[in-house]
Amino acid sequence: MSTRYEKARIELLQGTLDLLILRTLRLGPAHGHAIAKAIEFGSDDVLRVEQGSLYPALHRLIKRGWVSVEEGTSENNRRAKFYKLTPKGRRQLGVETDKWNRLAGAIARILRPVQQESES
Amino acid sequence: MRRRTRMLSDLDQDIQDHIERETQDNIERGMSLQDARFAALRKFGNVARVKEETREVWTVVWLDRLLQDLRFSLRLLCRSPGFAITVVLTLALAISANAVVFGVLNALILRPLNVPNPDSLYAIETGDSALGYQSYADYLDFRDRNRSFDALATYTVTKVVLDTGKNPSRSWAYETSGNYFDVLGIQPSLGRFFQSSDEHGPDSAPYIVLSHAYWHSRFLNDPAVVGRVVHVNRHPFTIIGVAPPGFYGTFSFFAADFFVPIVNHKQLTGRESLTARGNRWTFPAMGRLKPGVTPTQALTDLTSIGAYLEATYPKEEEHKTFSLTRPDLPNFLGRPLRAFAGGLMLLTGLILLAACANLGILFAARAADRSREVALRLALGASRTRIMRQLLTETVLISLVGGTLGLVGSVALLNRLSTWQPFSVPLHLAVAPDAMVYVAALILALVSGFLLGIVPTRQALRASRYEIVKGGAADRFGRRWTLRDALLVVQIAICAVLVMSSMVAVRGLVRSLRSDLGFQPQNAMLVDADLNMAGYSADAVWAMQRRMIDAMETLPGVEHAGLVNLPPLGPGGSGVTSVFTDETADLRPSNVAAARVYVYNVSPGYVHAAGTTLLAGRTLSWRDDKNAPSVAVVNRQFAARVLGSVTNLVGRYYKMPNGNRIQVVGVVEDGKYLSLTEEQQPAIFRPILQQPPLKEIWLVVRSARDPEQLAAAMRRRLRELDAGLPFEIKTWNTELDFALFPARVATTALGVLGMMAAMLSIAGVFGMAAYSVSRRLREFGIRIALGARRHDVLQSALGRSLKLMVFGSVVGLLLGMLASRVLAVIVYQATSRDPLVLAGVVLAMFLLGLLATWIPARRALSINPSILLREE
Repeated sequence: MSTRYEKARIELLQGTLDLLILRTLRLGPAHGHAIAKAIEFGSDDVLRVEQGSLYPALHRLIKRGWVSVEEGTSENNRRAKFYKLTPKGRRQLGVETDKWNRLAGAIARILRPVQQESES
Repeated sequence: MRRRTRMLSDLDQDIQDHIERETQDNIERGMSLQDARFAALRKFGNVARVKEETREVWTVVWLDRLLQDLRFSLRLLCRSPGFAITVVLTLALAISANAVVFGVLNALILRPLNVPNPDSLYAIETGDSALGYQSYADYLDFRDRNRSFDALATYTVTKVVLDTGKNPSRSWAYETSGNYFDVLGIQPSLGRFFQSSDEHGPDSAPYIVLSHAYWHSRFLNDPAVVGRVVHVNRHPFTIIGVAPPGFYGTFSFFAADFFVPIVNHKQLTGRESLTARGNRWTFPAMGRLKPGVTPTQALTDLTSIGAYLEATYPKEEEHKTFSLTRPDLPNFLGRPLRAFAGGLMLLTGLILLAACANLGILFAARAADRSREVALRLALGASRTRIMRQLLTETVLISLVGGTLGLVGSVALLNRLSTWQPFSVPLHLAVAPDAMVYVAALILALVSGFLLGIVPTRQALRASRYEIVKGGAADRFGRRWTLRDALLVVQIAICAVLVMSSMVAVRGLVRSLRSDLGFQPQNAMLVDADLNMAGYSADAVWAMQRRMIDAMETLPGVEHAGLVNLPPLGPGGSGVTSVFTDETADLRPSNVAAARVYVYNVSPGYVHAAGTTLLAGRTLSWRDDKNAPSVAVVNRQFAARVLGSVTNLVGRYYKMPNGNRIQVVGVVEDGKYLSLTEEQQPAIFRPILQQPPLKEIWLVVRSARDPEQLAAAMRRRLRELDAGLPFEIKTWNTELDFALFPARVATTALGVLGMMAAMLSIAGVFGMAAYSVSRRLREFGIRIALGARRHDVLQSALGRSLKLMVFGSVVGLLLGMLASRVLAVIVYQATSRDPLVLAGVVLAMFLLGLLATWIPARRALSINPSILLREE
């Protein structure tokens, strides 16, 4: 495996991608490509998701029962699989978001003094 | 699993679609087709890896790893087929021995009677001298006076002649109380059962219930059989029903052909035993406790009835103690059976343990050779648990294969055992394997697999990986005491115990075959005849018996012929009485001179025909009839116990419980009467002419002629006398099979175990010695080249194995002496203090050691140093 690849994996922690997917699906059912696009677009291309890693994550979420799948046709009449947030997934999104906020807040609090020191 | 396949089935298509969409987007952004596709692929990442990771989401990781380990283990085992086959066969043998013994134990002891709620069914065993038997009159009192049981049923076992219109044949029947089936709570598979309401006094219920098996074999499952009238001992009986399949009656080991009401006892046997209170012949009464009554309360209740009986019938009753047992396994049968089966289970367990120790040594040696591989894998980053798992997978895999093989063998053996009929009494061994046996074998295989795996795993993981990778296998033979050594000692000790047990048993059997039985079964034929069938009246019976004896005596080559009611050591048991000294005036049971005296009703010629030695006085004669004074011939033990001396007692008297004085006219040698293992018992021989006429009789014919020819001549003569008389002719030795059965079974079982143990110890010592020699070949080569003597080389090559072997044997010998005490219960005259046995065990272990070290020793001595050293 290449070094770059590993970096990408480290940058995008497993839980993070799951959270992003769940968040995306809150807006409504979407197919795989649309989810990838939405994440890229929503983050202003800051988060570079390797689109392929979406699939193991989606399957994990399906297995946990947070996301369901249904067959459908896409905007241009092509067959597509639509991923949909389940009620359980919706609850989980709340939990995950909360968790993330606390984590981010905690890390921010720790990092602040360092920044101040370095600025002074 | 199905969800997994569904989810993964169109993963490829999903990924394709995704990439196409991305490509389309790129084209819309203005890229060329090719660039758009490359960009899409780049953005997607490694397609194969994505698929792999997605698939992993749905896979159970441990299962996957297990499969990997299994594949690896299989490859390894296939690479050394000799090793694999040895291990599998050893385990198969050990596990099948265990499964067979467990199957028997399970069927005969653990599995309850085949009736609804067997646990609430209790039998009342009386603790007096009658081995749990009781009189029918007592049964009635217990049935009507107790306040603890819902109902009490009793039964006994009888041999009768059944005549269905063609070929009258002898069959075994249960005579049961009317409430028998109701107490058991079973339902007929056809027709109805008889009930309490069918009993209206003696001979009032001429009904038959067939066992399912007999209905099948004799009546070919004919449903019209219900209502048919057949003749039992010439009395008409109506078949009213068929018992359910799988129900063989309540007494273990015994399968009767049909059930008849016990109130018809007189019709069935010609005896008036129903009212004789002192005549104990029915099996322990059984019943279900009333709701809320505890066994202790029931025992108190029974004891008070016992006290009442003792007070009311002082002449017949003595102090009674009671215990509640399982109806199918009363204590007199259950105790020795449990002791033996438990002992055997222990020994076979030891065999398996020895096999595991043995194979553990082999695996450990293999692991030592593989330590390099293991060390390399550890060094490359394999986790210890992973390596341990792989090693365990290997041993468990091999033991499962061995276990399966063993199970197949034991199932075949058990199935054969369950249809086994070694003698004339219908034996019922319901040992066909059930789920318990399969589970037990599986557990044994798994446990032995883990046991096997622990040794090499410990060894492999303990080894320092750096040293091994650097310098090759470390030579650890300098260590004083390794786990392998301990295993070898354990194994040898176990094997010595087994070899010793089997020798003790075989020796005991040989002795009991040669021991003094009080009669000579060699050169004697028995005729088991039934005069019931021919319908002789009392006087005609005597005349016919006389004619039969004369007919036998006049056959050419016949030395003596006589008649007895039941031959000693036969399946029919023996008559029993208590006797009093002549001086006793108050004939209550507490004053008896001997409570348990075996009674044989014999014709004058019996003592000579049986080959019993007359010690003093005379034998009986035809003049000892109804009009002559009552006389008896007694055995030596009787003389010593009742009359107080062995000499000068001819002409003295003793008293029967009914007050009759009987004169002793002769004394014969002691003998064995019920079983080979019994203590010496008193016995008396009474003339048939002074007894009620016997209808079931045994003729004893002594002749040196060829048994087959003689039997043919006897058969012709008997047919001439009465063509309709049912009889069987056999040699006395054949009839003794019954008495020798427990000892033979024990000896066979222990013999097989002993052989297995011997094989295992050879394999163990051989493996150890061969391994140690092969590891040190180079060292020996150098030593021989430097001029070491053969003796020194041998000593260092095999000394250790031999020392361990001696040590193990001594430990085993000591343990064996303890173990054979248990054996003495079953095998007559089994003692471990027999010098011959001790010498035999020592010799056997020595020979085993010699045999096992022979090849490794040859190999160590045949080393050619020049070749060996050149190889390196």
